[in-house]
Amino acid sequence: MAKDHGIGASSKRREDVRFVTGNGRYTDDINRPGQCYCHFLRSDIAHGRIVSLDTAAAKAAPGVVAVYTAEDLAAVGGVPCGWQITDKNGEPMKEPKHPILAEGKVRHVGDPVVAILAESLEAAQDAAELVELEIEELPAVVDMTAAIAGGAAVHDEAPDNICYDWEFVAENKQAVDDAIAAAAHVTTLTLVNNRLVANPMEPRAAIGEYDRSDDQHTLWTTSQNPHVIRLLMGAFVLSIPEHKLRVVAPDVGGGFGSKIYHYAEEALVTWAAKDVGRPVKWTASRSEAFLSDAQGRDHVTTIDLALDADNNFTALRCSTLANMGAYLSTFAPCIPTWLHGTLLAGNYKTPLIFTNVKAVFTNTVAVDAYRGAGRPEATFQIERVVDKAARELGVDPAELRRQNYIAPDQFPYQTPVAVQYDTGDYHATLDKALELADAAGFPARRAESAAQGKLRGFGIASYIEACGIAPSSLVGALGARAGLYEAATVRVNPTGSISVFTGSHSHGQGHETTFAQVVADMLGCDEGAVDIVHGDTNRVPFGMGTYGSRSLAVGGSAIVKSVEKIIAKAKKIAAHLLEASEADITFENGQFSVAGTDRNLAWGDVCLAAYVPHKYPIEEVEPGLEETSFYDPANFTYPSGVYVAEVEVDPETGVTTVLNFTAADDFGNVVNPMIVEGQVHGGVAQGYGQAMMEHAVFDENGQLQAASYMDYAMPRAADLPMITVDHSCVTPCTHNPLGVKGCGEAGAIGSPPALVNAVLDALNAAGYGVEHIDMPLSPARVWAAIDAARPAAAAE
Amino acid sequence: MVAVSMTVNGKPVSGDVEGRTLLVQFLREDLSLTGTHVGCDTSQCGACVVHLDGESVKACTVFAAACDGADVTTIEGMANPDGSLGVIQAAFREHHGLQCGFCTPGMIMSAADLLKRNADPSEREVREWLEGNICRCTGYHNIVKAILAAAAEMRGQAVAAE
Repeated sequence: MAKDHGIGASSKRREDVRFVTGNGRYTDDINRPGQCYCHFLRSDIAHGRIVSLDTAAAKAAPGVVAVYTAEDLAAVGGVPCGWQITDKNGEPMKEPKHPILAEGKVRHVGDPVVAILAESLEAAQDAAELVELEIEELPAVVDMTAAIAGGAAVHDEAPDNICYDWEFVAENKQAVDDAIAAAAHVTTLTLVNNRLVANPMEPRAAIGEYDRSDDQHTLWTTSQNPHVIRLLMGAFVLSIPEHKLRVVAPDVGGGFGSKIYHYAEEALVTWAAKDVGRPVKWTASRSEAFLSDAQGRDHVTTIDLALDADNNFTALRCSTLANMGAYLSTFAPCIPTWLHGTLLAGNYKTPLIFTNVKAVFTNTVAVDAYRGAGRPEATFQIERVVDKAARELGVDPAELRRQNYIAPDQFPYQTPVAVQYDTGDYHATLDKALELADAAGFPARRAESAAQGKLRGFGIASYIEACGIAPSSLVGALGARAGLYEAATVRVNPTGSISVFTGSHSHGQGHETTFAQVVADMLGCDEGAVDIVHGDTNRVPFGMGTYGSRSLAVGGSAIVKSVEKIIAKAKKIAAHLLEASEADITFENGQFSVAGTDRNLAWGDVCLAAYVPHKYPIEEVEPGLEETSFYDPANFTYPSGVYVAEVEVDPETGVTTVLNFTAADDFGNVVNPMIVEGQVHGGVAQGYGQAMMEHAVFDENGQLQAASYMDYAMPRAADLPMITVDHSCVTPCTHNPLGVKGCGEAGAIGSPPALVNAVLDALNAAGYGVEHIDMPLSPARVWAAIDAARPAAAAE
Repeated sequence: MVAVSMTVNGKPVSGDVEGRTLLVQFLREDLSLTGTHVGCDTSQCGACVVHLDGESVKACTVFAAACDGADVTTIEGMANPDGSLGVIQAAFREHHGLQCGFCTPGMIMSAADLLKRNADPSEREVREWLEGNICRCTGYHNIVKAILAAAAEMRGQAVAAE
């Protein structure tokens, strides 16, 4: 029977009550007394030299409070990068300065040049029209291949536009080449992983405020990790000591990675609030979001898969160009490297792997982590090349996968790409997905479609990801400039209610509910007695925030550790009150008992005694009941699964309809199935968006062609079917106390290759020999592929 | 500046607005009704949907000055008189029809208009009705479920009332 509370229950979300009544409190909902409004004048040219900049007329415009250019920010640092990659020659990556406002040069359309503060947003926008800005246009580099083949330099520090040239695993290079040369069969594919815009529905916003009475700065911002922003902005940009800087991320309307990073606008409003002595508010328009939020993906990869005569994978070789955009966003350098190269084993036993990644500067918006971050790119490559190999060899794609999967008895499994998978059962999720997708009934369904002139396809993709982004010692060795633990304080109040202060941040994931379930389960109390506090550096301990599906695995584990300490201390107090030995005290269902007796104490009695320590073991135990833990995991977690897409293609129009989508995931243990399933639904929808419609296209001049919701296609309700989700295949994580693996990104990782494989299956089964179509599989692209193959199909 | 008066969530309100002030700005900034959200600048996302004289509209495409004398309902006016959640609000919670919550007010307002026009919509009709509301979190799966469940609940209530 399904549980009705605690771990394993689909508890309804407590945060929903405020959201469905309009009582959420997002950054733009906040107005501070005396605030002025900030508007940024941004470059409409992708690459150019600032010849002249005159703000006198703007400064004199009605309602204008202040106008700033780079000259005013001489004492302010640039936006820092949080991860340093060492290239194949042992040299650090090229790390050009990323100024808050453009210094001398603009490097992408949307690069902020002038900040205007005024009494109203309209006054600031009007004044921007009066800025005299002359930019001498330079050749823009947009295409990565052109950028590294003598294109104009985006930064003087990187004349060849290469940020780094990285090899992994370098010592395997020759062995991989040899294995490919000796292979019975080699399948090769060149793939574009299309650039995406994260597009959380809430645009970014920031409010800076300065209190002269105690020299205190406050920044309200749309962030997934307020402490990271405090550290980066305080230490590297504005030189504000942490105890004088508070960063608050209140309700945040989605992030998907794009709200991890420290952005120039946050620093500007914080700095300007002190300069003008008033709160300063900025809210991005959606158009600004398209030109300033870090974007995702944008890789071009050539991949070779070698197989022996028995169809065993013997080697994998990848060569990738990864677009960094014009500046290095906070975690950009690690996405195509450590979050991508280390996942190239996928679910398979491939013994030899080598990858080369060149990160490229272009005159485009910065690229950084977007839901999945490196892992979708790795998964897409592997699952596309495996599918192509199956077609070339004439074998069942499911069987080729099954044959090469790491077997359930091989865990823990050391891959050739550094990471060690703790647990998994890929055969089980494959079987489950094929069963739920009714693979057996597919031929009949295909025949039904064919009878109506439609092409039906069945596509499979396996995935593995590394989540719980973590172990600090490991990521430090790989170039991270921060630790990746998580912190939690559990404060038991005198009357027994519980306040949990977590470093994780919720922007849609429902932590307030899930974390309360964990605590309530451990303490045997009502979930309603547990309050979850997050998102405010003045309230929660130094935490690293939410990304990489880490919140429950790392943040939840920190909470568990703190609750364990609470229980241990409470037992000491109870032992004293019950005049028993501590070893004899049991704690169950919120009650302390002396084993073997009928003597017991309620939770609330012990809590009150901790704060009113009249009869108390004061010599041995301090008063109070509050514990803090910093949990740094021993390894990543490795969720895995198999996704199946069933599509129907209209050969006359190229329109693809997704008829069924099945996700069979192994997330380890699950705390709230309802929330987990919702995460998969959303991830699959974003993966559908990437596979079928989304594409941030820049023209040759560096203008983003899809820069609004009228031009950038995102999935609407009518595009998607109901999604079948299963998480019954469970191999618990072995190294965190909850046995959980993380579920936030899986949907976006596994679905693009499943969908593309399904469309190609539809086309190839109908005799159109189409090896590959680059995402998004828009009707135009699918139709063009069909049309190009029509003579061949007709001849058969 | 133009003087405007309207009824919002059953209460009379008035204010002075610029000709270019949008209804959504008036609601959020003058009336502090921040449940109505702005998610885009091209009238695509639907986070700002409110009811204007009983019909759903995008409050980012209506000038406040044009709403003089109008009857406006926002998400803040959707709970029952006793403060409990309305049927659609409760269904969104029951069926996990929201994650970050930003699109939710617009979704609920849009759904309410659909169910007023069509008490028994099919799944396809719900999906097509939501063409003007974008959600980036849920994949729409649970939003559609919530609206279908709310429709069934409201039909049941209507039968019981007869």
